[in-house]
Amino acid sequence: MTAGEPESESGPLQVRGTVLNVRKVDAYHAITIVAPGIAARFKPGQFVALAVGGPETSMVLRRTFSIYDVRPDHGGTVEFVFAAGGPGTRWLSERRARDVLDLTGPLGRPFPVPRDPVSCLLVGGGYGSAPLFALADRLRERRCSVDFLLGAASGDRVFGALTARRTGRSATITTVDGSLGVRGIVTDMLGQVIHEARTDVIYACGPMPMLRQVTALARRYDIPVQVAVEESMACGVGVCMTCVLPVVGSDGITRMVRSCVDGPVFRGEQVRWDDIGTIPFDAFGAPGWESRARRGPRQPAGHSGASQAASRAAGQTGQTGQTAAARHPGPVRRPGHGS
Amino acid sequence: MAPDLRTRLGNVELPNPILTASGCASSGRELAQFIDVSRIGAIVTKSVMLAPRAGRPTPRMAETSSGMLNSIGLQGPGIDAFLQRDLPWLLSRGARAVVSIAGHTVEEYAELAARLSDAAGVTALEVNISCPNVEHRGQVFACDATDAAAVIAAVRARTRYDIPVFAKLSPDVTDIVAIARSCVSAGADGLSMINTLLGMAIDTETMRPVLAGLTGGLSGPAIRPVAVRCIWQVREALPDVPIIGMGGVMTGRDALELMLAGASMVSIGTAIFHDPSACARILRELDDELARRGIERLGEVVGLAHETKTSGRAKGNVSRPA
Repeated sequence: MTAGEPESESGPLQVRGTVLNVRKVDAYHAITIVAPGIAARFKPGQFVALAVGGPETSMVLRRTFSIYDVRPDHGGTVEFVFAAGGPGTRWLSERRARDVLDLTGPLGRPFPVPRDPVSCLLVGGGYGSAPLFALADRLRERRCSVDFLLGAASGDRVFGALTARRTGRSATITTVDGSLGVRGIVTDMLGQVIHEARTDVIYACGPMPMLRQVTALARRYDIPVQVAVEESMACGVGVCMTCVLPVVGSDGITRMVRSCVDGPVFRGEQVRWDDIGTIPFDAFGAPGWESRARRGPRQPAGHSGASQAASRAAGQTGQTGQTAAARHPGPVRRPGHGS
Repeated sequence: MAPDLRTRLGNVELPNPILTASGCASSGRELAQFIDVSRIGAIVTKSVMLAPRAGRPTPRMAETSSGMLNSIGLQGPGIDAFLQRDLPWLLSRGARAVVSIAGHTVEEYAELAARLSDAAGVTALEVNISCPNVEHRGQVFACDATDAAAVIAAVRARTRYDIPVFAKLSPDVTDIVAIARSCVSAGADGLSMINTLLGMAIDTETMRPVLAGLTGGLSGPAIRPVAVRCIWQVREALPDVPIIGMGGVMTGRDALELMLAGASMVSIGTAIFHDPSACARILRELDDELARRGIERLGEVVGLAHETKTSGRAKGNVSRPA
């Protein structure tokens, strides 16, 4: 891991990396690829985008994975964790040592790290915990204390429980089936861990519903939270515009931003969780937004009052932001409605 | 010996025929991390509209066999931001800028053409007419010869004389030649084809459409035969009209196929998502494909497949070194 490199040498690279090994880790796979330039430029929270299926592949879109670890061996290696759920990831799980893969990285905005030695809580869901371990190393370099709160459906799906227990000041594990740690989900334990660890900052990575809930609880405790979001991407480099979500900027204006280049790390409270899968009617460029914009931007901390059900309905039936807005004219979403 | 890859975009000469496809390269900035944007023929920008636009809700994308569906909904910052930020950046990098424009009324297209003609450095306009026409019950301009011609005539009238205007055609029509003729009669200097095909995917787990926008544009290698057919038909009918070909080109061989059908330039779209340096790679591969066949000038292959078999062979033989 390197820090403070000049801007021109921190951008992503496209390389052909040789597979060092693919191993099974409980319910997941971990793959290590020799990719010196990417390893040198990596900062925790960043990801790589891989072409899958080999030459003449019928799978035209890249697969993106958060980087779990980089090591100096072989000039620099990159490791990431994935679940072999679809044809692309299944193909990836069948790679062997010396196979060559086309990957781009490191991509995206990394986790910002605090200047002062503070108490950090790292919350991970499923293999979403993977990028948190490199972050933990980085935080410890900054003399921050690191507590882990990891959860999944079952024990074999909690990625890195052992490492968390070995390296964290504390490690709390939750599983839905109770096969490891406490029975339940991470947010059941969040309040207790925050109290015990006297948490100053939360970092979270995992499924979107988890991130949404972690953000809501962090707000209740008035703790800043950085989340790494999961949105499906086609390119990973900012050209396809498929991975957008509504995010409130520092100017108070909501924009549909790309999670690949403007994220994947966002301040939790800037993401309009209830409006994901919709175009909020006050978003920059939403139909008729200009006339509403004149009434003043919404507050950065403004919380959308639109019900999640309404947002979901709009997303599922494919209504545009305009129809969604027309159906749910929102005194609750009126500009300037802060919390 | 390296083949001569120069080609003409209307009255503008390009160093080579490989362009980005609109909507697949944003305004070039992101790709500049991977390729030298001044080395390819031109950057065709994401379609610019008058006002900023948030686009459609997510999910906006679905991968399909050898292709993908997208329903982005023309998200973009609008013409002001484009002129202020994106165009100057492209020019500062020595890239040639072909600006794609889109609107919902004939007047919107015309205004965009006027604004872009006033700005220095626009190499050409590509008119994305695959938008619903709000003045005609949402009928897509590209699907109606009269509507398409109205847009092209208005754009041509408001575009500076030395900026070529290309009409981008949709394959979702009964007779693409009729639309092509109509656009050329209205003043189009050339034609771009093909835009995406309208498609749809349903998730069999959730049993609901995958895309929030329900339908999306199908692109990628799955549609290449459709592109070849459309280019072939239009070239057959209008042999003197320059064509920018696009539709599922992944390799230099694919680019050559579209050129044999009649394209004198080839845009690279979905391949960029698969490989951000695809344009540079395909340019290299095309160079190799031509050199391997002993072809000295790109112009020799444009529309070559239309020649009768014997004359085609003869031409091949003549250009092959002894």
